[in-house]
Amino acid sequence: MENKRKYVIPGDVITTGPYRPEQNVILDGNKIISTAIGISEIYDDSIKVIPLTGKYIPKIDDLVIGKVVSHTSLSWELDINSCYVGFLPAQDVFGRDFSAHADELSSKLKSGDLVAARIANFDRTRDPLVTIADRDLGKIDSGHLVKISPSKVPRLIGKRGTMIQTIEMATGAAITIGQNGWVVVSCETPEGLLKAKKAIQMVDEKAHVANLTDQVKEMLESKGES
Amino acid sequence: MGGRDTTLVLLDENGIRCDGRKVDEPRRIMIKAGGLKNADGSAYIEFGDNKIIVGVFGPRDVHPKHMSNTDTGILRVRYHMEPFSVTERKNPAPSRREIEISKVIKEALEPAVMLDKFPRTAVDVFIEVLQADGGTRCAALSAASVALADAGIPMRDMVAACAAGKAADTIILDVNNEEDQAGQADMPIGYMPSLEKITLLQLDGVLTPAEYKKCVETGIHGCKIVYELQKKALTEKYFGNGEK
Repeated sequence: MENKRKYVIPGDVITTGPYRPEQNVILDGNKIISTAIGISEIYDDSIKVIPLTGKYIPKIDDLVIGKVVSHTSLSWELDINSCYVGFLPAQDVFGRDFSAHADELSSKLKSGDLVAARIANFDRTRDPLVTIADRDLGKIDSGHLVKISPSKVPRLIGKRGTMIQTIEMATGAAITIGQNGWVVVSCETPEGLLKAKKAIQMVDEKAHVANLTDQVKEMLESKGES
Repeated sequence: MGGRDTTLVLLDENGIRCDGRKVDEPRRIMIKAGGLKNADGSAYIEFGDNKIIVGVFGPRDVHPKHMSNTDTGILRVRYHMEPFSVTERKNPAPSRREIEISKVIKEALEPAVMLDKFPRTAVDVFIEVLQADGGTRCAALSAASVALADAGIPMRDMVAACAAGKAADTIILDVNNEEDQAGQADMPIGYMPSLEKITLLQLDGVLTPAEYKKCVETGIHGCKIVYELQKKALTEKYFGNGEK
């Protein structure tokens, strides 16, 4: 059983044989071809490529950080760093008894505000519907926004959240990661904030490097001494 | 462009061409992925004396809105030559030739990109020719394909392109400006190396069926050389030199 990770570019034949194609691969005859630049992984009978570049494509249930761009009398539009705009209906914030005359949308969210939101629904025909009616969701009042490439979000989280835990523990910062590549860092101490931001940027730059968690750990600790 | 040099020897008795190459030797090619910060993906190519930079945006909102397609994303390509790219100043307004090349490059890339994943969006490819020396459409197509991959647009395969042609009654690889002007035929070919499919094939000139066949084969051979360099450019950018 080969379980080798390989660096691939579009058009590369990853392997041949009876495998199930998953993310970013296509089946051509019996050849399995990558459609993205990334790292190929073979699990049991399925093959996927973890992309290293590309825009964020909304997926249902993803947590994203959005920025309010504008609003109509019935809904807000969020920039979610994707090719589509997030659609946040007013009922979601005001509740069922929302009335377009009585309630003023800008009293709750103004353009420029950052929100943590969840993709409630998304299909090919309409813009993604987002919701902020849940725990941990809603307007973000404080913190720093760090933008990374959306394809590197899984790397920032790490296997079972190891990477992000490492950073949070070493700096004491609270980090909210949006699947769309926007990350909000808030921290009591300015040093911790700077360090956490630096660590996040380091992950973004060196996403393809093996045992990155150790390198990040090393960086966080070395800075602590100096 | 200038007048034709009548004393030019396209192929000497030793089989050496006017710029010192052998018949089946391409020009020096250098491809670099990335380089532009504000574009989603970019590439730079030097193909002999051709210098071309490509920027890719998208997938993104379509403006004007009526151009969007609810079933699939659309690909838009602009090929543009700088006024200083040729010896005599070129009017920067899009010429008939540039409109044609924009169209053929778009159609050569379309089989490779999988835009059905992004309905109602557009991918824009901007090609700027900084210096031209024959064979810009092939060089531009090769660079555009690298830039699309750099932008993370899902692609079935890379598209590599190279021209073949006929000069002094011999089939040659990678036609340069002199050979294009004074030669007998020029055939740009776009090719998907893994899928083994041709996406662009044009022919300017007259060839016998046998020559035609040989010309296509020669061109595909050139495409494979270009493909290796495209691969190298992307590998260098994304994986450093740490080959796994």
